[in-house]
Amino acid sequence: MAAAETLYDVIRRQGITRRSFTKFCSLTAASLGFGPGAATAMAEALETKERIPVIWMHGLECSCCSESFIRSAHPLVKDVVLSMISLDYDDTIMAAAGHQAEAILKETKEKYKGKYILTVEGNPPLNEDGMFCIDGGKPFVEKLKWMAEDAMAIIAWGACASWGCVQAAKPNPTQATPIDKVILDKPIIKVPGCPPIAEVMTGVVTFITTFGKLPELDRQGRPKMFYSQRIHDKCYRRPHFDAGQFVEEWDDEGARKGSCLYKTGCKGPTTYNACSTVRWNGGVSFPIQSGHGCIGCSEDGFWDNGSFYDRLTNLHQFGVEANADKVGMTAAGIVGGAIAAHAAVTAFKRVTTKREKGDAS
Amino acid sequence: MTIHETLAAADAHGEKAVERRSIYVYEAPVRIWHWVNAVSILTLALTGYFIGSPLPSVPGEAIANFLMGYIRFIHFAAGQVLAVFLILRIYWAFVGNIHARQIFYVPFWSGRFWKEWLHELRWYTFLARQPKYVGHNPLSQFTMFLMFTVPLFFMVITGFALYSEGAGRDGWEYALFGWVFSIWPNSQDIHTFHHLGMWVILVFVMVHIYVAIREDIMSRQSIISSMISGERLFKDRED
Repeated sequence: MAAAETLYDVIRRQGITRRSFTKFCSLTAASLGFGPGAATAMAEALETKERIPVIWMHGLECSCCSESFIRSAHPLVKDVVLSMISLDYDDTIMAAAGHQAEAILKETKEKYKGKYILTVEGNPPLNEDGMFCIDGGKPFVEKLKWMAEDAMAIIAWGACASWGCVQAAKPNPTQATPIDKVILDKPIIKVPGCPPIAEVMTGVVTFITTFGKLPELDRQGRPKMFYSQRIHDKCYRRPHFDAGQFVEEWDDEGARKGSCLYKTGCKGPTTYNACSTVRWNGGVSFPIQSGHGCIGCSEDGFWDNGSFYDRLTNLHQFGVEANADKVGMTAAGIVGGAIAAHAAVTAFKRVTTKREKGDAS
Repeated sequence: MTIHETLAAADAHGEKAVERRSIYVYEAPVRIWHWVNAVSILTLALTGYFIGSPLPSVPGEAIANFLMGYIRFIHFAAGQVLAVFLILRIYWAFVGNIHARQIFYVPFWSGRFWKEWLHELRWYTFLARQPKYVGHNPLSQFTMFLMFTVPLFFMVITGFALYSEGAGRDGWEYALFGWVFSIWPNSQDIHTFHHLGMWVILVFVMVHIYVAIREDIMSRQSIISSMISGERLFKDRED
């Protein structure tokens, strides 16, 4: 169990120099988009504040959020896990197991009532009283609600916890439900993505632990600093979009030249995330840079929004798979035919009525 | 108000009923709005279609081309014009004559409205003779409201919401129309509905033009020229 020592104490105990510590503060402040003054404030906070206990729980998920998290470069996840936070419970990567592990939950809940952060990867299935996800002998939904009661705030990692993701895709047999539909009385920070970018995850954790408050959230509960712009807005292929230069086929001239992937179904124009600025694997690349369109993995219901390779979304409400243009053109065709038929009947009626009138007079 | 009542009212003032009579129906702001709308909607539909399904790629360097940029600019500009004129038109609904208000509501609780609505439906299915109306008949008022006024508002609202994505989260567009994203968190859905809205309006335009031409020929009262002069000319009394 974490002692009441400051982050700075831990950092120094691990043999990290003061110089490295200030460098880390500057780098983190810069990656969060703050000015140079923030680095000093951050250093002071780390020197004086107690480490915040973090509980990391796993519901229905694939652990890709964890996989992403442990690859963070700025700040290094080593710094986050070992020094910045006190990651007291994470059943996937912790050393303890069984009753020993579960005891930590109870201890944290009692000792740090209202002070710990609950981070949730995955979501609870509600069907059959939650029996589709049993964790420590109990339905996950019960464990989640129980730990959420005394948490300071909750972080929803990834598309699963934020929106529902693949297990909530239609027809959603287990009734997998995003956590903000289950926990209604706590502030929830959504960090969507499948998985979210490592630096975004550690950035959010760093912000909360250093400033002791939640980052500013947008309408959907996502941190504004990472989710206020679309992939499209900062995409390095954007000039090709504005010019009207597209990849039409996967092996054409446009694909080789790195033209815009709009026509091959890139969801960049409707996806809010930091991929085009922060990128992945320590800033090496991101999907569009690798020649594939964005699939919109940080957006609500992205599995149910048609093919990853169509620009226009298919609608399922009409019995057949058709996009807005097909539906619209069919409707216009039917109405056009009806108009032609109606005009023909009108003309016919007019001619026959005139003839009758002519006969009468 | 049917033409008979209007004419009867005129007779009550001691005027002699004449064969030809014209009534001022569409005031200048309504007519200007109509034609600005026609041009904007045509522009918006065309550019909007090419935003959803872009033209074939242009050759050359990206720096030398701005095709998609221009198409989007025209779309946004036409949308702004449409929105400004819609605001002016709403203002005119309050200060203009009774016909300026017609398309903004349906007298849902009026039994007479639905009776005449049914009659009008019978006229269009060749089952009844047509009564004459000074402004819109009940069926056209109903269709205009459902397939034009409501979709137009929908398009303006979703349009500005989508525009706010590029304009930025701190712009006035997002402040005013950002609530759309509370209804549909994924803007991909809003794109799709905005696209469907275009087809609803285009189908309306088809019916609108057909009915206007047909009435102009069939009903012996002016329709098309009324939207230019404002005067509705009744060529003769009901024969």
